[in-house]
Amino acid sequence: MGFKLDQEKFQAAVLELIRRTSTQLPADVISAMEQARDNEDPDSAARSVLGSMLKNTEMAREDSTPICQDTGTNIHLVTIPEGVSLRKVEAAIVGATRQATEKAYLRPNAVDSISGKNSGDNTGVMSPYIHFDEWDEPSIKVRLALKGGGCENVSAQYKLPDGSLKAGRNLDGVYKTIVDAINKAQGLGCAPGILGIGVGGDRATGMLMAKEQLFRKLDDVNTDPALAELEGRLMGDLNKLGIGPLGFGGKTTVLGVKIGAVHRLPASFFVSIAYMCWADRRHEMIFCESEVSYD
Amino acid sequence: MIKLQMPLNEADVRQLKVGDEVALNGVMVTGRDEAHAWLINDKPEEVRDLLNGSVIYHCGPVVSKEDGQWKFVAAGPTTSIREEPYQADVIEEYQIRGVMGKGGMGAKTLAGLGKTGAVYLHAIGGAATLLAKSVKKVTDVIKLEEFGVPEALWVLEVEDFPCVVTMDSHGNSLHTRIREQSDAVAKELIGI
Repeated sequence: MGFKLDQEKFQAAVLELIRRTSTQLPADVISAMEQARDNEDPDSAARSVLGSMLKNTEMAREDSTPICQDTGTNIHLVTIPEGVSLRKVEAAIVGATRQATEKAYLRPNAVDSISGKNSGDNTGVMSPYIHFDEWDEPSIKVRLALKGGGCENVSAQYKLPDGSLKAGRNLDGVYKTIVDAINKAQGLGCAPGILGIGVGGDRATGMLMAKEQLFRKLDDVNTDPALAELEGRLMGDLNKLGIGPLGFGGKTTVLGVKIGAVHRLPASFFVSIAYMCWADRRHEMIFCESEVSYD
Repeated sequence: MIKLQMPLNEADVRQLKVGDEVALNGVMVTGRDEAHAWLINDKPEEVRDLLNGSVIYHCGPVVSKEDGQWKFVAAGPTTSIREEPYQADVIEEYQIRGVMGKGGMGAKTLAGLGKTGAVYLHAIGGAATLLAKSVKKVTDVIKLEEFGVPEALWVLEVEDFPCVVTMDSHGNSLHTRIREQSDAVAKELIGI
């Protein structure tokens, strides 16, 4: 295959990916927001708020400034060809993260959990977060999501069975935990939210699957018919809660529900719910030796 | 849209009701977790004049510095409920007339709004570029070195900063109302 990594070029490409992700909302999310706005009652707070969010999105793109000041946890899912040095890729991503912070595409967001000191450049233990896998293509794919703290704080994990919700170890039980979590979240995660759900796994792998689901396009359809059905049912029912944009009331509480499953231990049945705010910042880039392309 | 000029007085603030759309003008101060703990634990004298009649904004901005002057690049609200243990005391101690953030706050703060005469103002979560445009000037920053950029107290001159009253000084909270309605729907969907 013979892919040779030019570290400097790669770092510059990652910096551009961070800039795009912080300042440009993906097209499918914008389109879902526009539909949601048009679906809300005229003169409602919901419609006005969705309108302001869209205006903000446009301004951020034009000015190349962050859509949201909480530029969040930086989650990089990196797919590399065989033989590329993980350490070099990681060093380039860390370098790009520092540059992006200097350029104010990112807020300094990495705080030492023991001393309380902000590192000032978004680097630290597991920050930025980088997950690697490998493929046969002669290029590196980087998928980046910026996930803010407000929506991370309303993310949740349930253990089935759950007596208080009459939720058993089946998809109906999964459904009940999700309704409960979104009702508890109210507007706090900056509704309308996009939900990534991981069914099963352990507490770590279930949540990892939940976060990976957030990389799916809003209009895609789950290849598993049972999960596709559940996603559709949840979309309809969660929007009946009436929480609305920012919790002001309205028809739009969620913009998407994406569910994946992980094998679990016989003794455990977790439902992991990753709540992403409306400012659903995710983009991807394909880095070849000769060119770079962004979605 | 009601135009308000800070510093605010009690009588004007007591006229505000849940649902009022407000455009804020004048000087306000950002403060979040570190700032609230500091205001209550250390009771710093140097911020009293600044906070009296002003609005405290739950916000950790993205800033840049050009020719020695700080500039707000992105400045949306952060989740307010984290300040619930402190907020009512901060309002009373410093005679603050408005608390701005997102997501609303709890019963203790609602009671504090009524007692001192203040409102909770909801800004548009995530609309950081839009809101930064209303920040005309950063006049000062307090505790930058110790607290870091997101947690420092930034002193701002704002022009027509848009927000909505979602908790007023008469005991009304939009958040409580929405929560009661959605609780009922959720119970029916879950079957409990």
